[in-house]
Amino acid sequence: MNEFPLLTLTIWLPILGGLVVLASGDKEQNLSKWTALAFAILTFVVSLGLWVGFDSGTAQMQFVERAAWIPSFNVEYYLGVDGISMPLIVLTTFITIFVVIAGWEVITYKPTQYLAAFLIMEGVMVGVFSSLDAILFYVFWEAMLIPMFIIIGVWGGPNRVYATIKFFLYTFFGSVFMLIALIYMYFQSGSFSILDFHALELGMTAQKLIFIAFLLAFAVKVPMFPVHTWLPDAHVEAPTGGSVILAAIMLKIGGYGFLRFSLPITPDASASLAWLIIALSLIAILYIGFVALVQQDMKKLIAYSSIAHMGFVTLGFFIVFTILANPDVSGGSVMGIEGGMVQMISHGFISGALFLCVGVLYDRVHSREIADYGGVVNTMPWFGAFMVFFAMANAGLPGTSGFVGEFMVILATFRADFWWAFLAATTLVLAAAFTLWMVKRVVFGEVKNDKVAALSDLDVRERINLGVLAAAVLALGLWPAPLMNVMHATVENLVDQVAVCKLPTAESGECARSRTEQVAAIVSQP
Amino acid sequence: MHFDAANLVPILPEITILITACVVLMIDLYLKDQDKGLNHTLTLVGIAIAIALTGAVGGGEAQVFFDGNLVRDALSDLLKGSVLIVSLLAFVYVRAWLQDRGMLVGEFYVLGLLAILGMLIMISANSFLPLYLGLELQALSLYALVAFDRDSPKGAEAAMKYFVLGALGSGMLLYGISMIYGATGSIEFAPVAQAVSEQGMSNKVLVFGIAFLVIGIGFKFGAVPFHMWVPDIYEGAPTPAVLILGSAPKIAAFALAVRMLVDGLSGLHADWHQMLVILAVLSMGLGNLVAIAQSNIKRMLAYSTISHVGFIFLGLLAGSAQGYASAMFYSIVYAVMAAGAFGILLILSREGFDAERLEDLKGLNDRDSWYAAMMALIMFSMAGVPPTVGFMAKLLVLEAVVRIDMVWLALVAVFFSIIGAFYYLRVVKFIYFDKAADDAPALSTTGGVRVAMSINGLALLVLGLFPAALLTLCQAAFA
Repeated sequence: MNEFPLLTLTIWLPILGGLVVLASGDKEQNLSKWTALAFAILTFVVSLGLWVGFDSGTAQMQFVERAAWIPSFNVEYYLGVDGISMPLIVLTTFITIFVVIAGWEVITYKPTQYLAAFLIMEGVMVGVFSSLDAILFYVFWEAMLIPMFIIIGVWGGPNRVYATIKFFLYTFFGSVFMLIALIYMYFQSGSFSILDFHALELGMTAQKLIFIAFLLAFAVKVPMFPVHTWLPDAHVEAPTGGSVILAAIMLKIGGYGFLRFSLPITPDASASLAWLIIALSLIAILYIGFVALVQQDMKKLIAYSSIAHMGFVTLGFFIVFTILANPDVSGGSVMGIEGGMVQMISHGFISGALFLCVGVLYDRVHSREIADYGGVVNTMPWFGAFMVFFAMANAGLPGTSGFVGEFMVILATFRADFWWAFLAATTLVLAAAFTLWMVKRVVFGEVKNDKVAALSDLDVRERINLGVLAAAVLALGLWPAPLMNVMHATVENLVDQVAVCKLPTAESGECARSRTEQVAAIVSQP
Repeated sequence: MHFDAANLVPILPEITILITACVVLMIDLYLKDQDKGLNHTLTLVGIAIAIALTGAVGGGEAQVFFDGNLVRDALSDLLKGSVLIVSLLAFVYVRAWLQDRGMLVGEFYVLGLLAILGMLIMISANSFLPLYLGLELQALSLYALVAFDRDSPKGAEAAMKYFVLGALGSGMLLYGISMIYGATGSIEFAPVAQAVSEQGMSNKVLVFGIAFLVIGIGFKFGAVPFHMWVPDIYEGAPTPAVLILGSAPKIAAFALAVRMLVDGLSGLHADWHQMLVILAVLSMGLGNLVAIAQSNIKRMLAYSTISHVGFIFLGLLAGSAQGYASAMFYSIVYAVMAAGAFGILLILSREGFDAERLEDLKGLNDRDSWYAAMMALIMFSMAGVPPTVGFMAKLLVLEAVVRIDMVWLALVAVFFSIIGAFYYLRVVKFIYFDKAADDAPALSTTGGVRVAMSINGLALLVLGLFPAALLTLCQAAFA
């Protein structure tokens, strides 16, 4: 327990920064930009305090802050992090710095509003990850839509209005049903505390309905097939910074929701409907992989690749149930979830970096069409090097972070079912195909046209941006142990939770017996 | 029956408004055209004093006075305060519009003040008679306000529609009241409640009377299927009149419903509960669906009102103290949002130009980014997106509905609110994503309007972040 309200600071510091930047107006643009950068870096430093002070030996919530908010409904301002949320918070504060830098010279229309929107967004996203009260979570979760709606709509591409309204309505549609589920559970448990929800005993019908409500909310956010269609539109139209935040963090919020809500609150419904999620994940990996292959637009291609990679995340999270239900297999369940987590963090770095790369080209040529490029490496050697590196990481090259998560998930899937693992592993081929083919067409070959010939290589700002991200991708790929270490206790605890039947005694016949017996076996796994 | 001067203390706010109305009426006769601004100042001062007096005489135990005709309790304190504050904001916004069109005359303020007086009496009513009198005073003043722009055929048409349909609604209400009187032998709420609890649902006249009362309430709220007047009047009436009739009267309509259904007829909850469910679902559905098709923003806001009324009914029909409190929270919040939305339309209007189409909001962010932010807040709040208070209001009524095990109704409500989100977002789209027309001049507003609009808009954010205080007041009203 830490007395200093570190989480509150991490949430509200960037929001305060956003308001300061907003108030400074468009007159002193340079000053506003430096202020925004200062707040972004300061927030990152503060969030590092979470990592440093984090006790990885326990699955308990840490840095807990608790105060009454709406006393008559038992709604609290209740914050805390565990091994799942803490790395995601640090990822958020880390990525936001690059978003601020990426918009530095490129955004000319109302740059202060642009930067302020991202800072406010950052605080709200940290709020999502650290809320332990369901209503507080929901408020942050929905509030996130407002700045993103405006970012895409104001600074986006030609078809931005369609894309941003589609984005807003899709996510809004997904989440309102979650609200009803949360209210329902409030009347069952008497509080809005998420941890109380975890301990709540629920019948199978209620669990299934709640699970579906959660699924609508999180599947749209992840996004899972078939509710993924907003993502390519939103990505293509969003400005570079918006794409980076969308891919690197907002998608992770969906995955985080599964871990925080679906799995521990409705374990039995999750177990009985795991086949659905696994099927959808495999469709996302395979089908969307093929869709990515035929894209003509670089951003769209990366957007589809994101959907495929997030399919791995959901696969890793739900493969647990198949492993638990199969008495012949021991272990592997923790690996699935950890693999999904590593994949989320790694995808945050890689997709963020890829969108920054596309942004670099777009700023110079104002086109995202693959056909408009060719032989970029001849005029932009630095850029070529970075682009190839991130593409390799996206394809899951060993030594990069992209490999670690995918490998763990495939390994865990193997324990459940050989053919599923086989299908999942085809992504290694597919991802290599669509990313490297794009790189080949864009980066290598003869200089295609005058525009490419006139390109100037990365400036210092862009080199720093991409260089730091490349270092992060390498570090996580070569030495993932610190990250795994941080989340290990929490994930083990989560697996214990989902292994225990939560049905009331009257319905306990429906429990998959083997799962309860397995708890001991899982806990003893390394 | 004897007159006791102590009876006058609790109705000091009403007396203040009445005196202000009389003073404005008299002084206006002697004012030269260039001094007409004094009407405005006097009105604002009068309302401000009434707010202060509401606070001063409020609090403490409920008091019944004037031989059981009027009551002052926690409910009336809060509702009166809200009506007065919202009206104060409304009167601040209307001045520039009236001045630009040479309509800054005493009559507008007198009629507005009399409408407020009617609302206050409705809120204080402890029997059907003052309730009906207050309603009529409010309604007659508003009919005249709608026709205030005498040269506008659209305004006259709207006033005519409003009058005919309003009279029809009042007639229904009166018919219902007379049946209740016939069945219970009293027009005071407490004896009515007692008679109802003795007779129960066996008395067909009583149940029949309730049906008429609910129809009357439906008319006054503008709930489907009694909503036909709302869009036409919102579109036809001059915007200041719409501002005044679209904001605070919703709070008064809530008082009307609570005084009759809860204070008087809560024993028949099972009967009116069913009727309100139908009205609520129809209102949310039709309001939200039809609003999408509107290109006139006043008409769009009219349909949006209808859908919000559906949400208010959700809280009412729950039949619990929690439900009433949430409906009250919703009504107050809605009145604040509506005042802000129409206030922005007035700010956008200028001499010879009325902001009425959605396109008129184009590029507001370029023209004035502060007002743009306020309007965006109002729209997000109406759509029910956190962290604005519109979300909290929706959350509370949904909670009340889930509490009585009507999860299906909550699902219907959120489903329609998704549809509703679209047209509010479209307004934000015009504000932020589109460029202003080339001939759009910069907005010129007085400091007072800017302050009022800032308070109005930021209140939605602050109440959304800290809803506990207002919620506690609402709950205390039904404790």
